[in-house]
Amino acid sequence: MASLLYAVFVGPFKDMASSPGFLIEVLLGGIATGLMYSLVALGFVLIFKASGVFNFAQGTMVLFAALTLVGLIEKGAPVPIALLLTMAVMIALALAIERVVLRPLVNQEQIILFMATIGLNFFLEGFGEMLWGANVKRLDVGIPDRSMMVAGIQVNQLEMSAAGTAAVLVAILAVFFQRTRIGRALRAVADDHEAALSIGIPLKTIWIIVWSVAGLVAIVAGIMWGAKSGVQFSLSLIALKALPVLILGGFTSVPGAVVGGLIVGVGEKLGEVYWGPLVGGAIENWFAYVVALVFLLFRPQGLFGERIIERV
Amino acid sequence: MSDPEDSAGARPSVGGMGASDPEARHGSAGARPSVGGMGAISGPPLLSVDDVSVRFGALLALSKVSVEVRRREVLAIIGPNGAGKTTLLNVISGFYHPYEGRIVFDGRDRTHLAPPDVAALGIARTFQNVALFRGMSVLDNLMTGRLLKMRGHFLLDAVWWGPAKRQELANRAVVERIIDFLEIQAIRKTPAGKLPYGLQKRVELGRALAAEPALLLLDEPMAGMNVEEKEDMSRFILDVNSEFGTTIALIEHDMGVVMDICDRVVVLDYGRKIADGTPEHIRKDQAVLDAYLGATHG
Repeated sequence: MASLLYAVFVGPFKDMASSPGFLIEVLLGGIATGLMYSLVALGFVLIFKASGVFNFAQGTMVLFAALTLVGLIEKGAPVPIALLLTMAVMIALALAIERVVLRPLVNQEQIILFMATIGLNFFLEGFGEMLWGANVKRLDVGIPDRSMMVAGIQVNQLEMSAAGTAAVLVAILAVFFQRTRIGRALRAVADDHEAALSIGIPLKTIWIIVWSVAGLVAIVAGIMWGAKSGVQFSLSLIALKALPVLILGGFTSVPGAVVGGLIVGVGEKLGEVYWGPLVGGAIENWFAYVVALVFLLFRPQGLFGERIIERV
Repeated sequence: MSDPEDSAGARPSVGGMGASDPEARHGSAGARPSVGGMGAISGPPLLSVDDVSVRFGALLALSKVSVEVRRREVLAIIGPNGAGKTTLLNVISGFYHPYEGRIVFDGRDRTHLAPPDVAALGIARTFQNVALFRGMSVLDNLMTGRLLKMRGHFLLDAVWWGPAKRQELANRAVVERIIDFLEIQAIRKTPAGKLPYGLQKRVELGRALAAEPALLLLDEPMAGMNVEEKEDMSRFILDVNSEFGTTIALIEHDMGVVMDICDRVVVLDYGRKIADGTPEHIRKDQAVLDAYLGATHG
């Protein structure tokens, strides 16, 4: 008994203290993964804030963006051109979604909009495969997936660049949506469509903006994850990892998506490395969901989410 | 979540209603100088709805209804349930579009404008079932009413600098005056969804006022209120009308209130206009009495 308690509560911390360099490596790895989760979660948050819709298709948008980019590069387009074209495709997608899916469903129940995004998910999946095929594709962004030593600590170049890009993007978006006039309009639209219209907020424009931004975020997420693990169907499944991030951070909060991503990323890496051996590993796979479950019990609105107010 | 406007240290000074303060005192409900057309200024009407019909499938919700809203008056739209009152308001604010007839606002045809464009023309409204941004504070709700008055400076907004900051503060000052006017200082940081119903209605009025509208549409501003709250709301409506010169069209069921605060009354029944005139005139109108007392419809 005592040895078990020791193994859970003392041993791992002794390990951490005994080789701080390794701890930092683990933490950096966690932060890098976490920021990339945040990137996917951000796409959800943007759309959820503006339309109150949980966009089931966010993961597929990441896949679709990556497929389009890789497909264009394979067709011989130079990388910058391919990137611009992919951006144009994602914006066109946003316009189409607003016109075909959202506009006819204005003021419908949230569950109906949610169902519509499930449909969108299957459409994008099929459409992407039809255009670009179902094979696993390699995405080379020109940054080697190799480690290098910085001040005696091993860091993965690809992971660090991805994390850096994610951090910059997250910061820009946070400021954009918290500080600008669009941010306030966005919160208004999320709260009440009719009222937002009545005070002069054009719903269509707001929706196109957020879906476009969510599409652009999907491109970045698609590049990062695609470079790491290849562009393939499983890319759309990282949306599942974004879910606990959202529950932790709150569905409506941009900073929440960042903090939630970091908690999940760092938490699962630390758990895996230091506590994993105790249970035979694989903590990484379920850690996030357990944390999310605990949050749902005690703080369902997440760390930064708007308070859930229910008047009876 | 931190709101930029909350962290703005330099809140503009707030002192009552500023320049218009003296008038604020004798604008109360009891001291209305005269009821019946005195407030209205002659000349072309601010808004005219001409022969407007609205159809939902087979149901004719409005049938060739013509209503004029004159400058600076308080107009009541009354009628039994299902008469088409809210539909009329929704047509005016652009949520529904008529299949025939036209709507002229301030000399311009605006029959087919969408709600945000109508709002941009200076028509603000409230809703029958309060439509506040429930998760936002009262202050933020009122600030959203200023969105149309604000210009976007994406980058400057983001760094909270220069024109962006001046703009936010100037708009904040307007909102603070409205908060004082409606006597809701104590709840300015409270999330709107947590407020009791009567106060929510008041905040919703505030959000509409924040847009400094030329025409204010109120859909049952006093529904579900007790007598005291109704008196307060009546006073606010009259004050808005007399101090800001805002033209007001409202839907109301409480006849006592309608008779007290309105210059003119339009009566709808089954999607048709059955009467239009001063409260005294409406009170004696046979068609109106029939509609309310359930006489057989021709």
